[in-house]
Amino acid sequence: MNLILLSAIWGIVMMFSGLFLNSKSAAKTVALVGAVALLIGNIFDLSGKMIINSDFKGMLQYERFGLLFLTVLILALIIYILLSGKDVEAVGKHPFEYFALIFFVMSGAGLVALFNNLLILFIGIEIVSIPLYILTGADKRNLKGNEAALKYFLMGSFSTGILLMGIAFLYGAAGSFQVERLAMITSEDFTAFTTIGIVMVMVALAFKVSAAPFHFWTPDVYDGAPTVFTSFMATIVKAAIFIGFLNLFINAFAGKSDSWKLTVAIITALTLFIGNITAVYQQSVKRMLAYSSIAQAGFMLFAVFAVNDLSKQGLLLYAAAYCFATIGIFAVLVKMKDYTFEGFNGLAKKQPLVAFVLTVCFLSLAGIPLTAGFFAKYFVLAAAVKTGTYLWLVIFAVVMAAVSVYYYFRVIQAMYFKEGETQELELATPFKALLVLVAAVIIVLGVYPSLLLDMLIFF
Amino acid sequence: MIALLMILVPLIGGLVAFFLKEEKQAKTWSLLVSLISLAAITYSLVSNNEEGRTFTAEWLPQLGASFALKMDGASTLLCLLGALSYPVIFASTWKSTYSSPNIFYGLMLLAQAGILGVFLAADGLLFYFFWELALIPVYFLCSKWGGEKRIAVTFKFFIYTFIGSLLMLVGLLYMYFQTADASFAMESLYAVKLSGDQQTWLFWLFFIAFAIKMPVFPFHTWQPDAYEQSPTAVTMVLSALMVKMGLFAVVRWLLPLFPDAAVEFDNVVIGLSVIGMVYASIIAMQQDDLKRLIAYSSIAHIGLMSAALFVNNESGLQGAIIQFFSHGVNVLGMWIVVELIERKFGTRKMSELGGLAQKAPALTILLVIVALANVALPLTNAFIGEFLMFNGLFKFNAWYAAVGGLSIILSAIYTLRMIQKVFYGNENALTANNTDISFIEKAALAVIVVAIFVMGVYPSPVFNLTKDTASFILGIFK
Repeated sequence: MNLILLSAIWGIVMMFSGLFLNSKSAAKTVALVGAVALLIGNIFDLSGKMIINSDFKGMLQYERFGLLFLTVLILALIIYILLSGKDVEAVGKHPFEYFALIFFVMSGAGLVALFNNLLILFIGIEIVSIPLYILTGADKRNLKGNEAALKYFLMGSFSTGILLMGIAFLYGAAGSFQVERLAMITSEDFTAFTTIGIVMVMVALAFKVSAAPFHFWTPDVYDGAPTVFTSFMATIVKAAIFIGFLNLFINAFAGKSDSWKLTVAIITALTLFIGNITAVYQQSVKRMLAYSSIAQAGFMLFAVFAVNDLSKQGLLLYAAAYCFATIGIFAVLVKMKDYTFEGFNGLAKKQPLVAFVLTVCFLSLAGIPLTAGFFAKYFVLAAAVKTGTYLWLVIFAVVMAAVSVYYYFRVIQAMYFKEGETQELELATPFKALLVLVAAVIIVLGVYPSLLLDMLIFF
Repeated sequence: MIALLMILVPLIGGLVAFFLKEEKQAKTWSLLVSLISLAAITYSLVSNNEEGRTFTAEWLPQLGASFALKMDGASTLLCLLGALSYPVIFASTWKSTYSSPNIFYGLMLLAQAGILGVFLAADGLLFYFFWELALIPVYFLCSKWGGEKRIAVTFKFFIYTFIGSLLMLVGLLYMYFQTADASFAMESLYAVKLSGDQQTWLFWLFFIAFAIKMPVFPFHTWQPDAYEQSPTAVTMVLSALMVKMGLFAVVRWLLPLFPDAAVEFDNVVIGLSVIGMVYASIIAMQQDDLKRLIAYSSIAHIGLMSAALFVNNESGLQGAIIQFFSHGVNVLGMWIVVELIERKFGTRKMSELGGLAQKAPALTILLVIVALANVALPLTNAFIGEFLMFNGLFKFNAWYAAVGGLSIILSAIYTLRMIQKVFYGNENALTANNTDISFIEKAALAVIVVAIFVMGVYPSPVFNLTKDTASFILGIFK
């Protein structure tokens, strides 16, 4: 509860401090203070000390998994602000508002992670989405950004409608919005209503996490939005929706997996296929990352597909590995002028340290051992193997993982093995130090994933 | 302790090497580190100390994975090969210069750590870890310091092996969920009882991964290009050590895990291997480039080993395991000669060389010995292995032995033709001002030649060493 409250309040604080603080560069500092406050609040959440200690008649539930997941997201947010805060300020005239919107998103993420009632899920997802429409169009003079924002808004509203419709069907079937009531629907009362409801909710959530075939907005929006916000949307936001997705399916629909398993399997396969294959053909690293984020969503869908104890561990680790690596890559990408693969040519000579960190990040995204990405993939795939069915899907996924090596390694090849005039990069020492820290975290989690996973059980 | 040292020494040595900016320093350090490894394993073999051959430490208890290492006969032999080949590689390429030498030598040592880890791992997940980790340094080595087409070629190699290893990972995960105690430990995985169907598809998931690495026909297409384009020091690592990963994995994992499927599909595997032997030998005869010639000849030799592993009799199995070592030594000798020739004359084309024997007698004598060992002449190390393998193949099915036997004749043809073209005949403008090789290069080749003869004349220590592995595998099939 602390997190939800604090981030909402801090969002308002950010907006007002924009009025009173004249210096633009103060925005980052205020935001950083807020993010650290969120972290502290969240740690109190984890130990059960809350400002308002109520579950609002069972509409929220403070599950360890959800809270820990939020910790990971807040850590990612802190890294994001530290690495890219300056670039957020550079987007336009209203840096305080941008940060305020980011904090509102975090508030929504809190609701999505802790919901125990479909209405809370719906409100959470809306609170996450609406600030994103604005952030996408934050660079007002950029036509592409405007187009992306409009597209995102139209498509997003449409999917929201479907979500609401699905919730209505489920309400009809269960007579309640409460998750535990949904879980109680027995096979006898299982009607077409329930199936339609489940499928509609699934479609809407698939849209939000950019799973195929509902992914068409993703490349345009990620490409059109200011790059700093793409980084935010592709990582923290995506992970936040995923936890809602997983929690809903584990807590409400796990007992009825026959009715939706095949559909999720098909969505997963399509997402992996389209994301990976299309990413291969991209010329711009930014667009490649957009498609790669679709592909990575495909792997995260395995957690939803499997709905067992390994899913939770898998998604937690996946979110950490994916967010840290992607934020690191985007932080460097924002500083570059040339977003094509050629833009990275010879980077290793000029910036050996940065090139090394990027390599670690890309290796992690590709799922090479000794990086967090390996264990992330390991857990989600293990979760699926554990169900003992649909092994073809797992085999298909690993083949697609091999395809992903192709486009991730193109960047590594450009940096290390190709000669070229790299653009001059002005990188401050603290920035580099932080990047090294990100790489270190990725490697440490790649050797001892238990450091994070143990927290699911102990604290 | 020795098991742990075999990984730790090159790992730490490699990390330190990254910080030695001076070329001379990096070189000397790497040679020193590789000699320490060699000394360690020699000491352990001589003192016959069984204690340190296994090592277990806690790693990921929740997953049932531990840092478990085990040296049985075959893996000791391969560790010895790994420890022996590195000083030889460093000595024979002593005069080659590389840009950013610290990184080159650091990655070389890291690759050694990864490869030896594969030979030692006694835990499924750890094995997978090392299997992938061995690949990463080699990927960077080939892509950075290789020939003209290095990037595309190495990439093909990387993706090929990566697909294979991911398929293996799926199989490994499936096995893991079948174990009684949810563990990746080798013993638990061995104990899993699988139905026929399960064995079939798990066998293929694992086999494809190993077959790509060996490589067995038709998964071999990455290999000649990769060998050709890599810097020769890396090619030596690839062909002397890395291909053994696939063969060794068959012995340690594939056969004990899926014995029924191995018997069921023995004809398929042996058939593919024999086709590969003859096919690669024929192609080797057409090559003008020395590196490609040796690459194809290596495919032929590997084919024989992979066939012999599946014949399910003692002779074949024992021969194959011994041949792991012999092939490593011999192919290393071949690459050293190629390296010396290329460094001196700037070409590897046989058509541009000739008449080296008059000016470089030492090189010629050493090469002829290595080449004859490559053809498996009696008194050389390869003879024993090949004889046993053909014997085993013959017991399995005489036809395979007959067809595979063709590759012996073919190998004599292309090897002798190579000697003739490169060393005899008339000198030309390129080779006229030739001098003989230097001391350190002679020393490196001499080590190889000594190994060839010692093992050729007195092979019984190697037999004794690897007996336990062979009898263990045969025990499973009984």
